[in-house]
Amino acid sequence: MQVHLNTIHKQFGSLVANDEISIQFEPGRIYGLLGENGAGKSTLMKILSGYQQPDRGEIALNGVVQHFATPRQALAAGVGMLYQEPLDVPVFTVLENFLLGRADDGQRPQQSAKALAQLAGRYGFQVDPHEHTRELSMGERQQLELLRLLAGGAEVLILDEPTTGISAEQKDLLFASMRTLAREEGKTLILVSHKLDEVQELCDYAYVLRKGRLVGGKQLPCPNQELVDLMFDELAPRPARQTAPGDVLLDLQHVSARTPRLELEPVSLHVQAGQVLGLAGLEGSGQELLLRACAGLLPLSGGSLRLAGEPQPDWDYPRARQHGVAYLAAGRLEEGLIAGLTLTEHMALVSNAHGLLVDWLQNRQLAAQHISTYQVVGQPESYIENLSGGNQQRFLFAMLPQNLKLILMEHPTRGLDIRSTDWIWEQLDRRRADGTAIIFLSADLDEIAARSDQIAVFSGGRLLRSVPAAETTADELGHLIGGAL
Amino acid sequence: MSQPKPRLERIWPLLPGLAALLVTTLLLLAMGTSPIDAYSAMWQGAFGTSARVYSVLAFLVPLLLAASGLLLTFKAGLWNIGIEGQIIMGAVAASWVALRVQLPAGLQIPLELLAAMAGGALWAALAGILKTRGGVHEIFGGLALNNLAILFTNYLIAGPWQPPEGGSFRGTQPFGAHALLPLFENSRLSLLSLALAVVAFAGVALVLTNSHWGLRLKALGQNARSAFLLGVSSNREMLLAMAVCGALAGLGGGVRVLSWFDSLRQSISGGIGYLALMVVLLAGFRLVLTPLVAFFFSAVLNGSITLQLRTQLHSALGDILTGVLVLLVLLFGNYERVRRAFRRRRSQADG
Repeated sequence: MQVHLNTIHKQFGSLVANDEISIQFEPGRIYGLLGENGAGKSTLMKILSGYQQPDRGEIALNGVVQHFATPRQALAAGVGMLYQEPLDVPVFTVLENFLLGRADDGQRPQQSAKALAQLAGRYGFQVDPHEHTRELSMGERQQLELLRLLAGGAEVLILDEPTTGISAEQKDLLFASMRTLAREEGKTLILVSHKLDEVQELCDYAYVLRKGRLVGGKQLPCPNQELVDLMFDELAPRPARQTAPGDVLLDLQHVSARTPRLELEPVSLHVQAGQVLGLAGLEGSGQELLLRACAGLLPLSGGSLRLAGEPQPDWDYPRARQHGVAYLAAGRLEEGLIAGLTLTEHMALVSNAHGLLVDWLQNRQLAAQHISTYQVVGQPESYIENLSGGNQQRFLFAMLPQNLKLILMEHPTRGLDIRSTDWIWEQLDRRRADGTAIIFLSADLDEIAARSDQIAVFSGGRLLRSVPAAETTADELGHLIGGAL
Repeated sequence: MSQPKPRLERIWPLLPGLAALLVTTLLLLAMGTSPIDAYSAMWQGAFGTSARVYSVLAFLVPLLLAASGLLLTFKAGLWNIGIEGQIIMGAVAASWVALRVQLPAGLQIPLELLAAMAGGALWAALAGILKTRGGVHEIFGGLALNNLAILFTNYLIAGPWQPPEGGSFRGTQPFGAHALLPLFENSRLSLLSLALAVVAFAGVALVLTNSHWGLRLKALGQNARSAFLLGVSSNREMLLAMAVCGALAGLGGGVRVLSWFDSLRQSISGGIGYLALMVVLLAGFRLVLTPLVAFFFSAVLNGSITLQLRTQLHSALGDILTGVLVLLVLLFGNYERVRRAFRRRRSQADG
């Protein structure tokens, strides 16, 4: 099935996720859709699969313009998407999930089971129809979801980062099935990824998105460097900066941590007072886990953590706060600020006043003072959710206590304009000069290269290497996080 | 679609009330009763004589106490359905002191009321611990504890606390006069309890508008994750909110056994907890509206008892009126939401 996306435009508030993207996919081929985090890949594919609606632009399948209000409509028209987290129901059996959302065709369970087994056999998948889905590995759940989409009539298959969290054998099997689907069955396949190697290995053609725009396409295979050049802006020369790092502030020895999706292999790192450590890596490579473990939000599954020389065996978030560690999450209104509260109420909430009653007058004055010091566009009575992202971030900074030892940040400037970005780093630099250590992660390689003293690169839950920022180059970083070394 | 007129928006909150009245009126007509007679009977029942007004106020006391407590838990984002059980356990604890403890006059009643608060607080804290430690949602934990409280009351009435003349399933023997709250002019109203309810509501109002604790509860209710990251100890505050709510509800239960009744009865709360939930929902969690709505409920429910005597209609009419009202307010009370839903429907129909 031929897919034609025509001037697709999608905006979230002030953030343009897809900027007039026109792109075409032909049947019988496998396409890679490349781009760094936030480049707009997922949004574009969610639009194609009916999960989101574009603000402007149209989708045409085999030349017929389509409107998808739901993923179900998209699948009925032949477009199916395999999400990073498969959309299955854990307590259902494999067979029940397979039949989920499909019109009852009057088949008996045995017949359906047979149909499932037959379909699975065609691609070499092993499925037990009566097993509970929660017992399956991520790779097996993917296979099941893929079969469900195929049985639902998918002619166009979108796979969003399918190799995250699956084994090497499962990856080989998945790739083999994708080749069969394209070459023998003439389906249109789109692989959304930021792993260059995989795209090179599997795809016929790669489209590259950057900052919401389609910036180019390449016939594959081609030199990785050409793709890297398309994916990332040229790195600006690093501004020279004198660093006089102090004593070791945070010392991690063989620290490991895990979530159901990812396991962080043991990491040993240290940060000195006044030093900036940038964590680079594709999303889900383990750097988030490390940052949350440092904040005490994720328990260490191994290793030890010392703060200013003191061992911290029972590290948790309240203790981290007590010790002068601050944590700023990526989702400002999800983790940090409280929608429904005014700026004044936020001030009163974090003020350490021990009195019973709130001094509203004083807190209002404090809020007004912070508003002018931190150049926030807003009033003390403004509800925080009505501020723009940049102003929310400024206000979060305004709420940080003085004399912090360590600031941990996820994507400190994501979605901010240049002015706010510079301002945020000015503030951080000032704190750094006072001896505060900073650890941050960012999808923006420019930011990491320009702002860090030391850079730690993560891939697949592993710390690949830690290098002084002065000794690395744009190419090296791009290659490293693409898994190309 | 043209912009709706602002005037519509201003009178909007009145519309569900009028609609509920209309539904009830239609119901009355369908049953062949004159609505005017019925409503005047209700009015007479609630405010016809001073004794009836006292009765409305006496019923209001536990309702307002429970509703005040619920304002706290709702603010913290908790659905304290277990409030019914908390009222019951307050009644049980007060009854225990009334039956088993003999104290000088000035201490007897304060101890009974304190026991009532402790009983309710304990039962609420149990639901809170089930949530914070066991991961049991407070709605399910609360419902289970409600049933346990009812079973426990029945056991006490039929077993250890049964009257000496033999077990009846209706109640314990009446408490001694010294153990009961002094009543106002032969009514079921205790002025002391009314004063306590007013003080409790004022206290809750002060906590919610002007205290650090109230602000922490609000933060927790709006976004527990952010509140935690900003240093609010979520489990502690949640437990505390539950316990304080339980204490107020328990006090209401104590008032029920010590003034409305004179002993522990089988259905000692009789659904006042659920009624209080409706009051707070209908008031839209707004402080000022809560006592007004509670008073309205108390008047309607007391009035419908007279309605039954006068018109042979079942007194459930009062329940129907309040029930329909809550439903309509929840469905259509929020003007913005109704407008958005309407627009969405329109745009879908166009698309």
